[in-house]
Amino acid sequence: MAAASERQASFPFDSNAMSHCTLQVNGQLHEVEAAPDTPLLWVLRDSLGLVGTKFGCGVGQCGACTVHIDSVPTQSCRTPVSSVGRKKVVTIEGLDPKGAHPLQQAWQELDVPQCGYCQAGQIMNAAALLKENPHPTDAEIDGAMAGNLCRCATYLRIRAGIHRAAEIAAKPRGRP
Amino acid sequence: MKRTTRSVPAAQDFGRRVFLRQASAGAGGLVLGVYWSPASGAVTASVPAAGSAAVAAFQPSAFIRIATTGAVTLISKQPEIGQGIKTSLPMVIAEELEVGWKDVVVVQGDLDVAYGNQTAGGSTSTPNNYNDFRRLGATARTMLVQAAAQIWRLPPGECVAADGAVHHRASGRWLGYGQLVAVASTLPVPEAASVRLKDPKDYKLLGTRVGGVDNAAVVTGKPLFGIDVRLPGMLYAVYEKCPAFGGKVVSANLDAIKALPGVRDAFVIDGTANLTGLMPGVAIVAESTWAAFSARRQLEVSWHEGAVAAQSWDGFAAQAQALSRQPGATLLRKDGDPAAAFASAAKTVEAAYSYPFISHANLEPQNCTAWLRDGALEIWAPTQNPAAGQNLVSSTLGVPKDRITLHITRSGGGFGRRLSADYIVEAAAIAQRVGAPVKLTWSREDDLRHDHYRAGGFHFLRGALDAGGRLTAWQIHFVTFANRVTRDGSAVLQPGSGANLSGDEFPGRWVANCLLEQTAIECGIPMGPWRAPGSNVYAWVFQSFIDELAHAAGDDPLAFRLALLGEQEIVPATGDRGLPYSAGRMKRVLHEVADRAGWGRGKLARGQGQGIAFHFSHRGYVAQVAEVTVSRAGELKVDRVVVVSDIGAQIVNLSGAENQVQGSVIDALGTLMFQQLDIQRGRIVQRNFGDYPMIGMSDAPTRIEVHFLKTDQPVTGLGEPAFPPLAPAVCNAIFAATGKRVRQLPLSRVDLRWS
Repeated sequence: MAAASERQASFPFDSNAMSHCTLQVNGQLHEVEAAPDTPLLWVLRDSLGLVGTKFGCGVGQCGACTVHIDSVPTQSCRTPVSSVGRKKVVTIEGLDPKGAHPLQQAWQELDVPQCGYCQAGQIMNAAALLKENPHPTDAEIDGAMAGNLCRCATYLRIRAGIHRAAEIAAKPRGRP
Repeated sequence: MKRTTRSVPAAQDFGRRVFLRQASAGAGGLVLGVYWSPASGAVTASVPAAGSAAVAAFQPSAFIRIATTGAVTLISKQPEIGQGIKTSLPMVIAEELEVGWKDVVVVQGDLDVAYGNQTAGGSTSTPNNYNDFRRLGATARTMLVQAAAQIWRLPPGECVAADGAVHHRASGRWLGYGQLVAVASTLPVPEAASVRLKDPKDYKLLGTRVGGVDNAAVVTGKPLFGIDVRLPGMLYAVYEKCPAFGGKVVSANLDAIKALPGVRDAFVIDGTANLTGLMPGVAIVAESTWAAFSARRQLEVSWHEGAVAAQSWDGFAAQAQALSRQPGATLLRKDGDPAAAFASAAKTVEAAYSYPFISHANLEPQNCTAWLRDGALEIWAPTQNPAAGQNLVSSTLGVPKDRITLHITRSGGGFGRRLSADYIVEAAAIAQRVGAPVKLTWSREDDLRHDHYRAGGFHFLRGALDAGGRLTAWQIHFVTFANRVTRDGSAVLQPGSGANLSGDEFPGRWVANCLLEQTAIECGIPMGPWRAPGSNVYAWVFQSFIDELAHAAGDDPLAFRLALLGEQEIVPATGDRGLPYSAGRMKRVLHEVADRAGWGRGKLARGQGQGIAFHFSHRGYVAQVAEVTVSRAGELKVDRVVVVSDIGAQIVNLSGAENQVQGSVIDALGTLMFQQLDIQRGRIVQRNFGDYPMIGMSDAPTRIEVHFLKTDQPVTGLGEPAFPPLAPAVCNAIFAATGKRVRQLPLSRVDLRWS
């Protein structure tokens, strides 16, 4: 895939030509044919069938497409697939092998979603926040989550869900 | 088809005929369903003769399926758009059926006449179905009890249903529902009068906090939404319409587009003149979404824009100013002698309020998947109004309705946008040209620039106060917007949804001398219902102006409102479009919200203020108090909002209800603070969330307190009624904090600095 990136760099006017790359997504290697400028979002959704990552705006203004690339929360709608290279991509489908990440538990416990469309992006961004800062304050949450829109405006429950996930994560394993 | 039919009186007449049907399922289950025919009248039990061939034919339209394993499957007939109906209505059946919620699986139903009305709009899904769904669960439970009693040769009165089983307490015997399937399937459906509904005080599930049935799928990214549909061999489409509404295609570089990588086809669709139907445009069909999006960047279209290209918001505003100096075109209400009342007033207050066009901005852009095979069309759509989709596709494309199957997917937000079916007919029209399943995906820019908008509006108001500070006259000239549409073969002007004031809108009916007039500006901007249509702006205008009058009268804003609501408990409707209004219920929510918020207690610093407002819409009575802080630099922070709602006797799902109210409050605040579309040359200027900002977490109120006043009134819905009072409560609080009266939206364009 490094070769794919270089090809795109050297042939900027031929960006629509299909090229081959190998992506590492949720711990698995995938062979993908895509134009190098294809946003990672559409490779995930159309090529790999990982539709949990959502299209909201296409320009990095809503956060619905947030995934982790080498643990960094990244808006996949403006990340060309050719720029991903060997980096590890994690999507909502791969956040936790059992779908039981503390945020996924907290979201269900507090019944956070309304329509639910933004929530994968919210959770992916919040997961990166908790990794950096296991006990964020309200202000730290607001700052970190500023790029994630929720059209149903479930913000109070999203904030409460992050606090609750921090509590769940802090509990020793196997104890209630 | 041999059936026996009995008619019995309806316990609650919803103006429809309710059929209770029973069939034994092919896979060995008991299926109970109701469906509605348009005729009003009695509840009818329609029972297939035991063992007849007709039995299997009743199966697809059932709501309840109990397998011989005891597994309970409930069908959700209403579209789920984030309002929680896929959880709450099945809860109603489960409560009466006496099954544990953990044992229930909920399945989304397709569009099917057997389910009756399936439109999720106007907060009607709960009030239209609540009592029927109770009866449905109770009827199934009654039959299961009868089945057990028959097996045990006991009177049914000695048997009790609980937690998915029928128990005979005296002997300690019990039979799970699965074990009763075979016998229950042979029983006739009992008469409605013999089916006993549970006493609400015995409810175990209703009124508790229940998480959404799709939450696990949502948080793990499972396919749920329309945009997640994937079919074998599926192609991907985009559809370019004229940026100026309704413009027609003159020519396009189709050959160049067809030569681009991954593109399978590109073609012009002529469309129709219906502004909310199939508009003219150019379709590009490709092998991936990105191939279609990329090809579109190369698309060059020459458009014939038509008269709409001369329209602009500035032009509309100038027209409205000119119209304000003339009498209104339509008289909506005239009571008493307004002119004389103004002439003899101790004090007269005048103000002009205005608000812009806004967009729904569903986070899931409009999309739809369609597949035409052998003359039959299969559609997967995120829709609030599946029947409208089927109707529009049929009437526009000539596909008979019985050849159109419509699967209802979860919607990434509704807010009224998906009551329209334009994106469905577009996908169907493209599918007619493509020999494969095809998914149409709108870009965010398409979504913002081709919405059916909440109309802007202009209100020119006057109020008269007597020497005692009482409101003696109320006058409005409402300048609104209308589209020219064809009705019964002739062109008429039709005001936009939520842009056609009723003469009964509060305080019409309450003020002795009242003059309400309306004039519509003709425009070519498509308009449609937007969460709490009409109410979402009328509440702001009227509850703000009432606040101006209270201050002019030197009265407390709460006391002034209570006096205005008067002593009559229920004020009857006076016009065709009015509804009876319970002033008593409204006064009780006002008293409650004032108590809980500590209205008027405690001294607030300069820059801080409390505001109060109320509104009746969608059968709900809601009052709110907002507490705000406005910095000297003019920055607004809403610190606290207290909401008291009277939506009847029963909250179905407390978690969902609180979520709807909190979401309504924050959505209304975002609308108030940010939302505005500019119109120039007949097109929308804004493109994406960069220039059409939505509220984020940091602007949400710090505290939103949600209370429900439980009354003996009918149970009703909550998708909308908590939205309207927020904007006036906040603006009235801003006035209390700063002395600045907000008469133009959004707040981001208002200077709130004070010194």
